[in-house]
Amino acid sequence: MIAEYKILRKHGWQFIPDVFAVTLPESYQQGRPIITELAVANEILQKAIENCPTGALSGQADALQIDLGACVFCGECQRICGSDKIKFTNDYQIATNAREGLVVRQGQHPPIRLQPDKIRKEIRSYFGGSLKLRQISAAGDNSAEWELNACSNPNFDMGRFGIEFLASPRHCDGIVITGPISQNMAEATQICYDAVPNPKIVVLAGTDAISGGIFAGSPALDRSFLDKYPIDLYVPGNPPHPLAFICGILDLMRSRKK
Amino acid sequence: MDTRISPNASFHTDAVKLTLLQSSGAVPLEAIPVLDYADFYDLLVERLANPECHCLTYYGFPWRNEIRCLACIADDTHHTVEVYAYALPKSDNLRLEAISEKIPAMHIFERELAENFGIDFFGHPWLKPVRLAWNRSDLSQTLRNYPFYAIDSESLHEVGVGPIHAGVIEPGHFRFICNGEEILHLEIQLGYQHRGVEHLFVQHKKLTQRTVLAESIAGDTAVGHTWAFAQVMEALMHLQPDETTELNRTLALELERMAIHTGDMSALFVDVAYQLGSAVLGVLRTPLINFFQQWCGNRFAKGLVRVGYSPYPLQPALAEQLDKMLIAYKARYLQMMEHALSLPSVQARFEKNGEVSLAQMQTIGAVGMAARMAGLARDIRISHPFGNFRQSPIATHLKEGGDVWARAHLRHDEILTSMQYLRDHLPKLQPAVQNIPTSYPALPAEHFALALTEGWRGEICHCAVTDQHGEIAHYKVKDPSMHNWLALALACRNLDISDFPVNNKSFNLSYCGFDL
Ligand code: SF4
Repeated sequence: MIAEYKILRKHGWQFIPDVFAVTLPESYQQGRPIITELAVANEILQKAIENCPTGALSGQADALQIDLGACVFCGECQRICGSDKIKFTNDYQIATNAREGLVVRQGQHPPIRLQPDKIRKEIRSYFGGSLKLRQISAAGDNSAEWELNACSNPNFDMGRFGIEFLASPRHCDGIVITGPISQNMAEATQICYDAVPNPKIVVLAGTDAISGGIFAGSPALDRSFLDKYPIDLYVPGNPPHPLAFICGILDLMRSRKK
Repeated sequence: MDTRISPNASFHTDAVKLTLLQSSGAVPLEAIPVLDYADFYDLLVERLANPECHCLTYYGFPWRNEIRCLACIADDTHHTVEVYAYALPKSDNLRLEAISEKIPAMHIFERELAENFGIDFFGHPWLKPVRLAWNRSDLSQTLRNYPFYAIDSESLHEVGVGPIHAGVIEPGHFRFICNGEEILHLEIQLGYQHRGVEHLFVQHKKLTQRTVLAESIAGDTAVGHTWAFAQVMEALMHLQPDETTELNRTLALELERMAIHTGDMSALFVDVAYQLGSAVLGVLRTPLINFFQQWCGNRFAKGLVRVGYSPYPLQPALAEQLDKMLIAYKARYLQMMEHALSLPSVQARFEKNGEVSLAQMQTIGAVGMAARMAGLARDIRISHPFGNFRQSPIATHLKEGGDVWARAHLRHDEILTSMQYLRDHLPKLQPAVQNIPTSYPALPAEHFALALTEGWRGEICHCAVTDQHGEIAHYKVKDPSMHNWLALALACRNLDISDFPVNNKSFNLSYCGFDL
C-alpha cells in the first residue's frame, strides 16, 4: 500500500490538460506540411516526385501538392527539396471529414479542420456527449493499433471526453478502421459494421486505411467496403498520432469552445 | 574475426551447399548447387538433427520454367548459414516426402510450400493452410470454408474467437476445444492480415517504396525488419554502411526492444488486473517512443533506417538527452517492477501458467524470446552478429520454466540489458552528417541475398532473388512469429480458458508479420 502510494506520488499527474494546445517538438515531422513558393530547380522537383513512394506528391513547379491521405510521411521529398521548400511541421491537427481537405497546396497554409457543413446532423445530436467506438484492424501493421490504444492511456486519456473503444459492436456508435483492408478481412469488416446500431459513423485512421498507403494496388486487398458508406473522419498518419485522432474525433462530436 | 567480408567472398562453395558467414551476403544464384530432392532431404535431416542448427527459412519461387526451392540453415556454433536447393517442374501433381515427419520444426515451411505451389508433402502431420494468400494454388480454399480441427464428443464444446478480438489488436481466429473451462486444444488460424507484402516487393520498383514497405511488414518492428531489408540491398549492391550508420541502427534496435517490452509488461498487468502496474508501464513507454519521435520524427522509428546511410544520425547532444531519459526511466521502472513482481496476486497468475518445455521449443523450432524463455539459446545477435554487435557483443538471457513468469522475467532482463547497452554506447557517438548516397548501384543479375537481424520478438530473415535484368524477381520475409505461434497453442493446453489472454500477451506474436 505504502509502496504503491510512493509510486503514485513519483508519477504525479500524467494527462495532457488541453489536447488542442500541445506543442510537439520541432523534430516531430509527421504533422501538416508546408510547401513554400521558393523556386527549386525542376530536376530536383522531378526527383522528389519520382521518389515519393505513394504518389502523394504531385503537380508542377508552381503548383506542388501533397495528398496527406496517400502520404506515408517518409520525409523523402523534404530531404530532396530542402526544408525551405517542403517542411513537415509539428502541427498534429490534420484530421478532417472531407477527403479533399487532406490535400495541402503550395503557398497555402490554412490549418486542416473539419468542414462543419459536412458533419452529418445526427452525429452531434446523438454523440455530442459520448462516443463509443469499435476498432477494426483490417490488415493494419500494428503501429496504428498501438497508437489508438495509446489514446486511452494515462497521458492522452481520451476516456475523460466520453470517447472509448468497446468490445461489442452492438454497444458502439461507429467503427474505426486501420489498415488497407485485405480480402481476408473484407467480410469481417462488413459483418462488424452491420452489427453496429444506426446511426453510426465510419472513421479511417492512418494512411493505409485512407488510400491503401504503400499497399495501394496490391492484389491482396478488397477495399470495396469504403465505396458503400460515407466516411465521417479521416485521420492521416503512418501511424496516426494519438493527438491527431483525439482532436479529430472531438471536432466531429462538438464545436470547440472558444 | 572478420568484421565484414565482402559479399562475394563471404561464401565458399563445396559440393552440395553454400556457406555464408555471419548475418548477410549475396551470391550468384547459380553458385548454389541444385540437388536431387532425395539428397536435399537427407542433408537437411542430418543437419537439423544437430541442436546447434535450425532452419531460418525454406521456400520456393518460380524460376524459369521450374520451381526453385531454397533452405537456409543456421549453424550457431560456426556462425554460418548454409544454403541448400532443389528444383521442381511446374506441375499439378507434385508429391514429396515431408521432412516434417522427422524434423517437426519444418512443418510451417512445408505447409507454405503446399499452399503456394500445391505440393503434396506426404507424411506431413497436417498440411493446414498458412495464410490463404491471394496467389495460393487452390483458390477454392478460403478462410470461410476452412475446416477447423474438431473432436466429436458430447462432453466437449468449442469456443471461437476472432478474427476481430475484444481489444484494439490485429485480427486472427482462435478455435478452442474445451472440456468445461479447460482448454484441450487451441487451433490458431491466421491469414486475415495478408496484404501481399512479398509480391509488393517485386511490384514496387522504387527503393523508397520498398523501404517503406519493409517498415510496414510489422509496424511494431520497424527497425528490425527495415534493417534486414537494408542488409539485403546492401549485400546485393556491395555497399558497406559506415560505422556511424551501423551504430545508429544497433541503438535503434535496442531502443525498439525496450519500448515494446515495456508496453508488453503493461499489457501483462492489464490481464492480471493489476491496474497500477499497467498504468505506470504504459506511461513509461511514452518517453521511449517519444524519443524516437525526437530522433527521426516518428514514434515507431519509421524513417530511421535507410539503405546505405543514416538519415538521422544521432548527435551527441541528443544522445545525452537519451542517456538522461534512461536514467530517469530506470529509477521509475525498477521501483514499479520490483514491487509488482513481488506481489502474490501477480505471482499467482504468472507462475506455472502456460508452461512449455525446452524440448517442445526445440521440436517446433522456436526462435527469439519464445526460445529463450524456455532455456533454448537462440539469438542472432550472438550466433550471427550484425551491426555493432560484431565489435561489441550484447548479453543474451535464458530462462527456465517456459511459463508467463519466465516470459515476463525475460522481458525484464532484456529491458535492463538493452538499456545498459544503450548507455554504454551513447558516449561513443561523434557529431555526424547525413551521408546520403547520390545514387545507388544497380542490382546484380541472377543473385540470391540473405540477411538476418534479431528484432524484439526474435530472428528476422529476409531473402531476395534477382532476375536476368537485375530486377527483384522474388522477395521472402520470415518474421519470428512464423515459428512461434505454435508455441502459444502448446502453452494453452490444459489451461483454464480465462488464462488465454495473459498467455497471448506474454508471447505477443505478430499477425501481420506472419500473414505478410
Ligand atoms: S513525405 Fe509524403 S509526400 Fe513526401 S515523399 Fe514521403 S510520402 Fe511522398
